[in-house]
Amino acid sequence: MATATVANHDAAAHDHHDHEHHDNFVTKYIFSIDHKMIAKQYLVTGIFWAVIGGFLSILFRLQLGFPDMDLEFLRPLLGGWIDESGKLDPTFYLALVTMHGTIMVFFVLTAGLSGTFSNFLIPLQIGARDMASGFMNMLSYWLFFISGVIMFISLFIKTGPAAGGWVVYPPLSALEQAIPGSGLGMTLWLIAMTFFIASSLMGGINYITTVINLRTKGMSFSRLPLTIWAFFLTAVIGLLSFPVLFAAALLLVFDRSFGTSFYLADIYIGGEALPNTGGSPVLYQHLFWFLGHPEVYIVLLPALGITSEVIATNSRKPIFGYKAMIISMLGITILSFIVWAHHMFVSGMNPFLGSIFMFLTLIIAIPSAVKVFNYLTTLWRGNLVFTPAMLFSIGLVSFFISGGLTGIFLGNSAIDIQLHDTYFVVAHFHLVMGSASFFGMLAGIYHWFPKMFGRMMDARLGYVHFWISFVGVYMVFFPMHYIGIAGFPRRYYSWTNFAFTDMYTDLNMFVSAAAIITFAAQFIFVFNFFYSMFKGRKASANPWRSTTLEWTTPINPGHGNWPGEIPTVYRWPYDYSKPGAEEDFIPQTVPLSATPESNLPHEQEQVKLELEIMKEEADLLEANESKA
Amino acid sequence: MEKELKYVDIVEQPISMHPKKFAMWLFMVTVVMIFAALTSAYIVRQAEGNWLDYELPEIFWFTSGVVVLSSIALHWAYLSAKKDNFAQLRTGMVLAVILGLVFLVGQWYSWVALVDREVFFVGNPAGSFLYVFTGLHALHLISGVIFLIIVLISTFRYKVHSKALDTMEMATTYWHFLGGLWIYLFMFLLLNH
Repeated sequence: MATATVANHDAAAHDHHDHEHHDNFVTKYIFSIDHKMIAKQYLVTGIFWAVIGGFLSILFRLQLGFPDMDLEFLRPLLGGWIDESGKLDPTFYLALVTMHGTIMVFFVLTAGLSGTFSNFLIPLQIGARDMASGFMNMLSYWLFFISGVIMFISLFIKTGPAAGGWVVYPPLSALEQAIPGSGLGMTLWLIAMTFFIASSLMGGINYITTVINLRTKGMSFSRLPLTIWAFFLTAVIGLLSFPVLFAAALLLVFDRSFGTSFYLADIYIGGEALPNTGGSPVLYQHLFWFLGHPEVYIVLLPALGITSEVIATNSRKPIFGYKAMIISMLGITILSFIVWAHHMFVSGMNPFLGSIFMFLTLIIAIPSAVKVFNYLTTLWRGNLVFTPAMLFSIGLVSFFISGGLTGIFLGNSAIDIQLHDTYFVVAHFHLVMGSASFFGMLAGIYHWFPKMFGRMMDARLGYVHFWISFVGVYMVFFPMHYIGIAGFPRRYYSWTNFAFTDMYTDLNMFVSAAAIITFAAQFIFVFNFFYSMFKGRKASANPWRSTTLEWTTPINPGHGNWPGEIPTVYRWPYDYSKPGAEEDFIPQTVPLSATPESNLPHEQEQVKLELEIMKEEADLLEANESKA
Repeated sequence: MEKELKYVDIVEQPISMHPKKFAMWLFMVTVVMIFAALTSAYIVRQAEGNWLDYELPEIFWFTSGVVVLSSIALHWAYLSAKKDNFAQLRTGMVLAVILGLVFLVGQWYSWVALVDREVFFVGNPAGSFLYVFTGLHALHLISGVIFLIIVLISTFRYKVHSKALDTMEMATTYWHFLGGLWIYLFMFLLLNH
């Protein structure tokens, strides 16, 4: 009942504002409560952070690839972090690694990806005027923004930003005496993350509420595009795991600032014992990875959802195994919560427990493989249209396979003893989670740019961007497998003093050069993005000839998305190249009864049945009226 | 022919709840996850040994009773609102708020009792955990009291009645949830200390 009134109210309010905008600059572009504008805010902020995160990685790649290089030219930017001999300060190297991880995982691939596409696509694809709570949505963005500002400030303080790795394990992160980065930098990190968690939770609550409660007529769960399924499950994962990170961070704050001993025990610094007793650093690892592992899927699932949509559209074929896709995503969601200890095989936990977590971890290979199989079978004998978005989606599938395979190695608790904390791990997760999600995000931007800005991105620049990035990513991360198997540990400033590692200097140099080229190529995208926003070719209403609801809106949808009534949905979102149909796609808004030429036998039955029901109802009505 | 058929398909409005109520349930899920994480951390840490044993403050029995009474009072107010009995509604709500404040004061005295037993926030995690549980729960309870006071003010403006129960229902749900959360924490501590 209540929803009905709310919906009516929305519709009424909307009709009122239909074609004119009384918004001023501030309410339209800054404190906007329109989900589309908030999505764009997330996107631009995400791109900003991606450039910073990428740049930090280039700085430490310079150290790894060219350890003898004179970095004096960076002094204007890094100041004291370049020492007298023109080399990068070793403590700042640790800070760079930490901030690169934090920024990329949380700010770019969580907020930038989920924040952009969940906000943009959920209301448009399920047929809603806006998010369940526009105000909370706005608050979510601005908390993220504050979090970003604090994190950004921490880059410039004298003692440097947090430097204990993005996982901020205590005691390293808990004791100011440990490293300079564990001082003010770490405090700012924790404050920023608190804001970030609050922002994510608000966003997630909104996404789930919207998907469940605000779907248009006929939009059952079995007619949701896979993007929405992916965003929905991502939000569920976030909702369940971010509070745990909050709990972990809270106890860490108490240890750092109030002197409690949740994670600290029996520590000697300079021969002096600290007063803390009875803490357990492994406890932090359990709490952290209970978020940390699901976080991997928070990052990856939206990218997989976007890929499903882009691949189906550009193969002009229905997605292969729609239900199997949903079930595997559900499986991944559930499994993601019971595998966290595979990050802790060498933390001294019970080896028997390790075997259990190994078993659970390897099970994730099944739903992942189902997804890969379905992508490939959707592509198989499709009428492929190689748009830039399609190329990036295929790139994602490639990374998902090559990075996923090494996951099977790392999931083995015995093999992990050798591979743990080496570049093998770095190679693994940068391919399967980093690059794959990044490519999913880029695919989404290329695909939905026309809907966001009413203009097309330049396809040729997109192709150049794709090929340099795709080849570049493999050039960067493939050699790392070898370096890792050789025992090269991650997060080390320098590891070339031994004969067996010295011979990898060339390979590291190659990786660094490839990284610089790949990073430089991203500016082609940045240029394309901002140039096309103002000067791009004008987009048509449905440039990719897609079936989903967002393409039924005006080219530049206003607040409220559809000028008239919200369209009703009559079919699933993947009616591409249906035999007998006039066009190779049938939008979700076309009723089955309007397409008798392409209906399958069971759909024809359904139409008949519905006709009968309507007839009966009409008869009954007539009978009642004659009685009266 | 085709045109006639166009509107044949029967479409159903998907099931849906009041979005704000639904969002509040999701918020409660996040609170559950925070306390689930903390209480599991407690168990994991306890299993590692070096654990300080101490008696729980007896005042917890009293505060638990108060929180239950407060919930009953609020539920009575809610049922009265359904019947448009405004006097009872206000009495019930005022009672619930007062009992909520009594609970908070009681929790403060539990900390005093802990200090008397020389169990401090800084020291063995066995004690620190208790402070974190009660403190974090009290913070949430304060948010609940503020929510109740907001609803109480709107009852004086006759904005809560049998046809406008949404905020009242949300406040009642949240308050019962916070009471239940405390009972869970207390049971947990009784069984695991």
